[in-house]
Amino acid sequence: MRSVSIIGVGCTKFGERWDVSLRDMIAEAGVLAIEDAEIVGEQIDALYVGNMSGGRFIEQEHIGALIADCAGLSRLHVPSTRVEAACASGGLALRQGILSVASGYSDIVIAAGVEKMTDVSSGTAADALAAAADREWECFFGATFPALYAMMAKLHMRRYGTTHDQMAQVAVKNHHHACMNPIAQYHMEISIEDVNKSPMVADPLHVLDCSPISDGAAAVVLAPTDIARRFSDTPIKIVGSGQASDTLALHDRRDLTTLDATVHAGRAAFRQAGIEPRQVDVAEVHDCFTIAEILAIEDLGFVEKGQGGKATEEGLTALGGTLPINTSGGLKACGHPVGATGIKQAYEIALQLRGEAGKRQVDEVEVGLAHNVGGSGGTALVHIFTR
Amino acid sequence: MTTQAPRFWRSIPQRYNLLGTHCNRCNEYFFPPRNLCPNCRRGAHLEEYTFKGTGTIVTYTTIYNATEEFERLTPYNLAIIQLDEGPKITGQIISCSEEVKIGMRVRPVFRILGKEGDRGIIYYGTKFAPLIEPSCLESAEGLLNSAKESD
Amino acid sequence: MVSGIVSYGVYIPRFRIRVDEIARVWGDGDDISEGLRVFEKSVPDLDEDAVTIAVEAARNAIHRGGVDPKRIGAIYAGSESHPYAVKPTGTIVGQAVCTSSSYTAADFEFACKAGTAAIQACLGLVTSNLIDLGLAIGSDVSQGAPGDMLEYTAAAGGAAYLIGSRDLAAEIEGFYSFTTDTPDFWRREGMPYPEHGGRFTGEPAYFKHVTNAARGLMERMGTEPKDYDYAVFHQPNGKFPVRVAKILGFSKKQIEPGLIVPMIGNTYSASCLIGLAATLDIARPGERIFVTSFGSGAGSDAFSIRVLDRIDDIRCNAPSVRDFIGNAKYLDYAMYAKHKGKLRI
Repeated sequence: MRSVSIIGVGCTKFGERWDVSLRDMIAEAGVLAIEDAEIVGEQIDALYVGNMSGGRFIEQEHIGALIADCAGLSRLHVPSTRVEAACASGGLALRQGILSVASGYSDIVIAAGVEKMTDVSSGTAADALAAAADREWECFFGATFPALYAMMAKLHMRRYGTTHDQMAQVAVKNHHHACMNPIAQYHMEISIEDVNKSPMVADPLHVLDCSPISDGAAAVVLAPTDIARRFSDTPIKIVGSGQASDTLALHDRRDLTTLDATVHAGRAAFRQAGIEPRQVDVAEVHDCFTIAEILAIEDLGFVEKGQGGKATEEGLTALGGTLPINTSGGLKACGHPVGATGIKQAYEIALQLRGEAGKRQVDEVEVGLAHNVGGSGGTALVHIFTR
Repeated sequence: MTTQAPRFWRSIPQRYNLLGTHCNRCNEYFFPPRNLCPNCRRGAHLEEYTFKGTGTIVTYTTIYNATEEFERLTPYNLAIIQLDEGPKITGQIISCSEEVKIGMRVRPVFRILGKEGDRGIIYYGTKFAPLIEPSCLESAEGLLNSAKESD
Repeated sequence: MVSGIVSYGVYIPRFRIRVDEIARVWGDGDDISEGLRVFEKSVPDLDEDAVTIAVEAARNAIHRGGVDPKRIGAIYAGSESHPYAVKPTGTIVGQAVCTSSSYTAADFEFACKAGTAAIQACLGLVTSNLIDLGLAIGSDVSQGAPGDMLEYTAAAGGAAYLIGSRDLAAEIEGFYSFTTDTPDFWRREGMPYPEHGGRFTGEPAYFKHVTNAARGLMERMGTEPKDYDYAVFHQPNGKFPVRVAKILGFSKKQIEPGLIVPMIGNTYSASCLIGLAATLDIARPGERIFVTSFGSGAGSDAFSIRVLDRIDDIRCNAPSVRDFIGNAKYLDYAMYAKHKGKLRI
């Protein structure tokens, strides 16, 4: 198996992009990544694109062919594959790209992600997202995504004494980080009080505990590590890739306050990388809701189970803390175009490792991690990166 | 209009009466029914089992912002309930006088789960209500006594 | 062959609205509840309809009687608010109470007396030995147009009776029906709210049919009001049943246990069946109950019932009518309008 590196990255501005389509965004992100890697179309062996629900959001399936077409690669007949794992579609596209290069089947591969979510009403978007839960045995009874995470939060609060203020601190921190990220959806500081006063969505989660509906696309260019320096002065090595699955429905899980898929994907990635959680300098984790970040830092082994709320409250996970989490602003404040999120995480970590993260740059970054979750934890992907 | 009648009809025994499965080999109960036991897989001995429907609330939330189909119902309570036989399921807790709590005992009730707009079929099935132990004995005795007094 | 009631079950939604609250919205006087002798009425939850209420009542009847539902050979569900115009309520009930598939079913509609007509149909099949057990249901989530007099009383509830010939809790000694073509109250196909003839619903409709059926039965049975311990009449409001009892020679005391309309309103197809259930909740073996329903359009079914020993064995296996009446939660008119789907979204 060959070692794989990222030789180029690109990401569109995230947000409510009324003026652009899915096609426009994927082309923009792809061109940025290709220009960053200084490659040409003829060098691309394969495309992988993460997209959760083109069918529901823009009534367009067959996104694989579409993005090859939009990228101007149709006449080169480059193999292009769309992968789907709900909100982990981007992370899964990255992993598929890695496997393709690692296996020797391909040399230069684009792993991209895209979602255009604002062409439908928020109700339709919520329903499309709810399709990532168990349609028959969760959604049929009125479950929504915020409701599933709210039930995890309720139990976490009861078992570990986590407070809503601690959860709100995740949002406050990630909004603060997003203010330093030019591509972020929100450039707006918020306070714990703002979160507490925002309308309730599913008790105990308020509007400001939830990631927004967003448009956006991101792309990375992968190459075998042994030739990566031909394309980039600062290639980023992917030293660990872990993927795990769990039951589709939350109610079937072993433990409702742990995402076992995260635990298993994390272990696999750490084992492959030969790295311990404490060695990680910066991480992008899947904070689709504030409670999700607390669960993630526990399940990835950064803090003990039950200590995620306290760690957040104490500033451990803020920029300047011992383990800055979600310097991009996370899903919460950078935005969450679901298929693009997993790739945007890799983009952010690559910028941090390259020292190009601007005002939000973490000092002395050696090891970065990206953690992407599908649904309420039916799929999880963890990638570990080094310089 | 498009209807999901076949899709709903297929699961009527599960929706109305919590028909699940039980593996005779490892003794685990499954709801919704599983055709493959995750413990014994192809070595399983699965049989149909109708759950009693009583259970305990493991966790819950109150939903204020729902999908279009459930907008009329907000706010409503959703819970994960552990059935007495073991499996956990997601279900609504109907509006009740008591405050919903983790650990609260519940029983099944028959309600409308959804409708295909004004023209399509109606989805009926199971929701949950706080388990009220029969108070009939006391009240019937009380009534009998008061009836006797008025004689 | 002796046949009758093997078991019974009721269901009344827990929500109530006070008649005064409805009067406040429409600017009617404070005396309206006194005039109607109805003080509050039951309101279904957002996710309840005539089917869910029928199922809950039927499950209570089966549970109370400790009856194997596979014995049921007929399900007749009476309602004037079946949620489907085409597609039976009875089949949903059958599936929900776990009958076999070897039963006949049909939905009945005869305004407020569809439930007693269902009992008669079951009695016919049972006494002729064609079926073992019949399930007769009256359930309604009745509608009154906003501002119409009906809105003060149109309520929700259901009652289910298992009709058979063994293990009887009460014997149905006889019945008599009186039916004519009288358009006193109706709802045309596709219309959300019923219409009515105002005072025409009184003398030529309710009183004429109830008194004729009641007298017809007593004549046939050779009985008089004093032969009965209790009497139950259809309860469109709190005044009519009291007045008709007086006309027929029944006392206030006889009708009191079954007079539930002041607390829950008119539950239409379930009205006198819930009244009968409330009476069975307290009746002692050997006592006799006289029941007369009324359905607009119009007809009345009168029954003579004798309570048997088994009533004491089964009574407490399911919630009583008083249990349901006691467990009430009050709504204001706005919440009531939401519950009843009067708000178009």
